[in-house]
Amino acid sequence: MPTLTYREALNQALSEEMERDERVMLMGEEVAEYDGAYKVSEGLLKKFGPKRIIDTPISETGFSGLAVGAAMYGLRPIVEFMTWSFSLVAYDQIVNNAAQVRYMSGGQFSVPIVFRGSSGGGLQVGATHSHTPENWYANVPALTVITPAFPDDAKGLLKSAIRSNNPVCFLENEKLYGYKDDVPEGEYLTEIGKARVRREGSDFTIVSNSGSTHRALNAAAKLAEEGINAEVIDLRTIKPLDFDTIAASVSRTNRLLIVEENKPFAGWGAQVAYQVQRELFDDLDAPVHRVTSLDVPQPYNGRLEQAVLPNEDRIIAAVRELLA
Amino acid sequence: MPAADPAVKNAKNNASSRLPDLKPVEKIALFRQMLIIRRFEEKAKQAFTQGKIKGFCHLYNGQEAVAVGTISVLNEDDAVITAYRDHAHALTRGSDPNACMAELFGRITGCSRGKGGSMHFFDAKRHFYGGHGIVGGQIPLGTGLAFAQKYLGTSRVTLAYMGDGAINQGSVHEAMNLAALWKLPVVYIIENNEYSMGTSQARSSAGDPLTKRAGAFDMAAIQANGMDIDDVRAKTFEAVSLARTESLPTLMEIRTYRYFGHSMSDPGKYRSKEEIEARRRNDPIELYKARLIEQKVATEESLNAIDEEALAIAQASYDFADQSADPEIETVFEDIFAPEDQIAEFRPSPHG
Ligand SMILES: Cc1ncc(C[n+]2csc(CCOP(=O)(O)OP(=O)(O)O)c2C)c(N)n1
Ligand SMILES: [Mg+2]
Repeated sequence: MPTLTYREALNQALSEEMERDERVMLMGEEVAEYDGAYKVSEGLLKKFGPKRIIDTPISETGFSGLAVGAAMYGLRPIVEFMTWSFSLVAYDQIVNNAAQVRYMSGGQFSVPIVFRGSSGGGLQVGATHSHTPENWYANVPALTVITPAFPDDAKGLLKSAIRSNNPVCFLENEKLYGYKDDVPEGEYLTEIGKARVRREGSDFTIVSNSGSTHRALNAAAKLAEEGINAEVIDLRTIKPLDFDTIAASVSRTNRLLIVEENKPFAGWGAQVAYQVQRELFDDLDAPVHRVTSLDVPQPYNGRLEQAVLPNEDRIIAAVRELLA
Repeated sequence: MPAADPAVKNAKNNASSRLPDLKPVEKIALFRQMLIIRRFEEKAKQAFTQGKIKGFCHLYNGQEAVAVGTISVLNEDDAVITAYRDHAHALTRGSDPNACMAELFGRITGCSRGKGGSMHFFDAKRHFYGGHGIVGGQIPLGTGLAFAQKYLGTSRVTLAYMGDGAINQGSVHEAMNLAALWKLPVVYIIENNEYSMGTSQARSSAGDPLTKRAGAFDMAAIQANGMDIDDVRAKTFEAVSLARTESLPTLMEIRTYRYFGHSMSDPGKYRSKEEIEARRRNDPIELYKARLIEQKVATEESLNAIDEEALAIAQASYDFADQSADPEIETVFEDIFAPEDQIAEFRPSPHG
């Protein structure tokens, strides 16, 4: 199996889906001539031409809404936000238009659109540029929210997202673009709404997503040296939430730690914790623990930002409490 | 050492009159200020390459005459707000270069206590309202500063800067309509350096020149040559006078050019080396230097001595930043909320 970076896997998914379906097109800032601010769309302009790979002005409200309209008319647009932090400029178009049109029209209109781009903290770009907004979008009923952590899932899930007839928010992680791993060639689809056990273990369960899955796996490797065995579930899709996979694991390990980069108040982990206590109360040997970003805006200073993020030290400290 | 020579600040206009001629010492102060910015930015570039500055760092080289020229016609208590390419505006407003460099290094002595970084400089004392990272996001804020200036009955004005790319944000158009409708004392300044990241003006904006956008709002519009500080000053003076005396907004387009990449991480494949070289030959600092010598305001030697001084200021800011401490971890929880004891009714009674 070829080894690809997360970035290359995304690029491959875009390329394959555009070859498959003429109605798929990509628009966003610097996606064409510049090859993408983070090079995810590298080479696509050459391959598909300026009709389908479209550079936009800096007008997130305008081009996002335009893409929603084009989707209602039968195109299958992919909108790249240079980062998801800038999606806030387009929030109204995503939430009030993309997410409501099917319902408000009594099912007459489909909005087959993918909003995608980089997200997450840890790059020292400050409060306006470091958002992790999967929970904000997951709060909107008709949106699908996907946050891949590995190259194979990046490819498989992006291809599925493009084929979905629902509006999908596809949040990539800036820190993972260079991460390398095996990626199946050609037609490879990953089912939306299915979590994946990335590490098997029996002592307790960690549920995480995106960059936090890597933090969790690193912490789990350290704990393994002490003979503590964590099971690590990568959610992959935030919504729909794969509660069955979580439940199967927690009912075996009886302890759950959630690791997420969202800020704590109503981060996605709060929803998971609610469902676990509601449905698995008798299986739990300890309260559900959660490591999130701290409830503060993102600071520029590197030491401060590392303290704000759900770092390994805080994960390991939480595990000690969970197992105490 | 504070960046702005007092002579720069004193070169203020008085509302109804024409732009007063500068005294030699004031002209030299403008030259000095532009050089301080250039040397500061070169130092920042070096520090970024050394890994001392992280994240994004957008440099101002080539655009110096815009910040220095426009701000030189303001009063000290007028307001300034800009986007993320903000080092020069802070320095020209009089922010301490040491505090600015320390912010780039993320140190506690930085102008935003190490929390903002390059894109988010702030200096309340000098009426500098930031340093804003979201393209176009600062323009409604600048409009609000002008609204408050008028509401409070001041005769102050606001300069609100943006790039040529930012002009295509809805927020900019909404704000300009409000300013024209409500007659607010704001000057919108497009620093047109021809590119938004890798996108040329022709590929991003319909309609040329960009000042045409003001037409729909019946707003005054004016263009200036951003490589010529005297032209920048003359045109800004007109706009500021209109704001101060009539409380009317203006859209300015100042044509300029940036020498380095969009940020430090831009390989710059969208323009040729020849283009940059050609534009560098029209350098705003060199142009002004030649003019000062020609006008016999200064000698080449005395201006070169000012460059030595600017280099020393930049080096001192680097040393200061490098020797400053990181913020303590606890500071991460500070500056989030206003303390409730600011509300008089909630203050604990002095009698216990
Ligand atoms: C809403 C938003 N979209 C995109 C970006 C990313 N971005 C930062 S600067 C920039 C280009 C802006 O160009 P321009 O307005 O001409 O200003 P300049 O950088 O030339 O000073 C872009 C696309 C952002 N910061 N905010
Ligand atoms: Mg520009």
